[in-house]
Amino acid sequence: MSSALLIIAAFTLLALGLGLRARRGHDMNLEQWSVGGRSFGTAFVFLLMAGEIYTTFTFLGGSGFAYGKGAPVYYILPYATLAYILSYWLLPPIWRYAKANRVVSQPNFLASKYASPGLGVLVAIVDVVALVPYLVLQFKGLGIIVATTSYGAISPAAAIWIGALVVTAYVTISGVRGSAWNSVTKDLMILGVVLFLGIYLPLHYYGGYAPMFHAIDAAKPGFLSFPEKGSSVTWFQSTVALTALGFFMWPHTFASVFTARDERIFRRNAAVLPVYQLILLFVFFVGFAATLKVPGLKGGDIDLSLFRLSLATFDPWFVGVIGAAGVLTALVPGSMILNAAATLIANDIYRGGIARQASDAQVTRLARVLVPVIALVGVGFTLHGGETIVALLLMGYSFVTQLFPAVLASLAARRWVTWQGAFAGIVAGVAVVTITTLTHATLGQWFPFLPERLKDTNIGLVALSVNVLVLLIVSALTQSRTAAQSQAHSL
Amino acid sequence: MVLRLLAALPFIGILLGVPFVNRVEPLVLGMPLVLAWIVAWVVLTAVIMALVYRLDPANRTAASPGEEVRP
Repeated sequence: MSSALLIIAAFTLLALGLGLRARRGHDMNLEQWSVGGRSFGTAFVFLLMAGEIYTTFTFLGGSGFAYGKGAPVYYILPYATLAYILSYWLLPPIWRYAKANRVVSQPNFLASKYASPGLGVLVAIVDVVALVPYLVLQFKGLGIIVATTSYGAISPAAAIWIGALVVTAYVTISGVRGSAWNSVTKDLMILGVVLFLGIYLPLHYYGGYAPMFHAIDAAKPGFLSFPEKGSSVTWFQSTVALTALGFFMWPHTFASVFTARDERIFRRNAAVLPVYQLILLFVFFVGFAATLKVPGLKGGDIDLSLFRLSLATFDPWFVGVIGAAGVLTALVPGSMILNAAATLIANDIYRGGIARQASDAQVTRLARVLVPVIALVGVGFTLHGGETIVALLLMGYSFVTQLFPAVLASLAARRWVTWQGAFAGIVAGVAVVTITTLTHATLGQWFPFLPERLKDTNIGLVALSVNVLVLLIVSALTQSRTAAQSQAHSL
Repeated sequence: MVLRLLAALPFIGILLGVPFVNRVEPLVLGMPLVLAWIVAWVVLTAVIMALVYRLDPANRTAASPGEEVRP
């Protein structure tokens, strides 16, 4: 057994131990299991929310994106920043309502706000469909990391099975508390590793950032700024705007709002999280450093760039430390996704749509039983999913973004949007996302008469516009009926 | 209202500003100009939101007692 493998194994065991230990002293009822009894302070809410950003996608995908595509990777940096600004005003009212009405999930929130269990079931289904590919992404990353850093001793399939077992064990037993404790370890590890790599690699190979970027600019002209076409400036603007709106709509991110002890936590975090976001910059630097040093990775393999460069640079034990950090970036978000998906199916699809009378205890029991089932589905897709999963992944973010108009409208003081409007808007938005993703449509194909600049606009904006339009029209129609009815009653 | 105007600045800087700085040279702090511009706005956002937090009367009432509950 190599030293790299030993270190990875040690950290996996540590994650399992911390996850299981988190249960101690708490009676795991539904509110404890899913939202930690609404007792988390600034630090833990911060870590749960920040934990969303530092997943395997950013660790492997962020560096791979910089390595393979160049400038377009910059979009990852600002979108969450803008989302944090929105969160200052958006999250406190959501939190207040959730606390007063004992809401534990996002569909639960919308169903309660619009007094429509049907809407809750719809939102839960959209959420689960969006979450499963996200879980698969974490498992895939896990497989790549362990296989690479164990120098081939462990196959990706074996790594995925072990990872799934660890996560299932602690989520079943400790719920969200297990994730919170592991977030602490994970963030410390990733902070240390990414800062070190992002500073050391450019210095070691190029003698600093400026020489590195000069070298890249000379070797690949145009690589470091947005191109005229494709991933252009227009693409950047529309994608940043769209993903900023979708950011807090992920059900597990939305649910982490409920774990807070008081609402001021969100307002304070809005100032701190953008700074934390800057760690991503160092992930970019790693990818850029790799682009001239380990060239030739193509297609999906660009995600390996960080590890290829690390293998070429460091001793096995340090590759093990990087691998352990990578494993944690897969396990922690993976556990939160599992937790969220299980709560959604048990609380919002089962209790919301099938068995209205189910007690909290029954729902909690079902949620726990579902954790291994969902993990198995995730592993199945990871091992046999093939290309379909890529399409699903692209859809996930656009799917949850479709919930934004309904959430925003529900916060208005005098609510004009009806549940029918919210329902129809979400259905229409999701339908447009599905069609555009499956047909790989671009705005330029649909509207060839548009000026060249606008053709690169993210097509997700079309889905969101259709969504809002349908929401307004259907609300207007159902509005008049309810108004007419109440008038008839008063007569 | 002033607070919201303040908070709108990063949106303007990031979304509307980038077309004007989409260049590599000159490097700023070793980074391509467009990347440095985005980074500057992320840092400014933190400063602006800290200021908003300070100025917002909603945060001025006495903090609720009780210490961090450990999960």
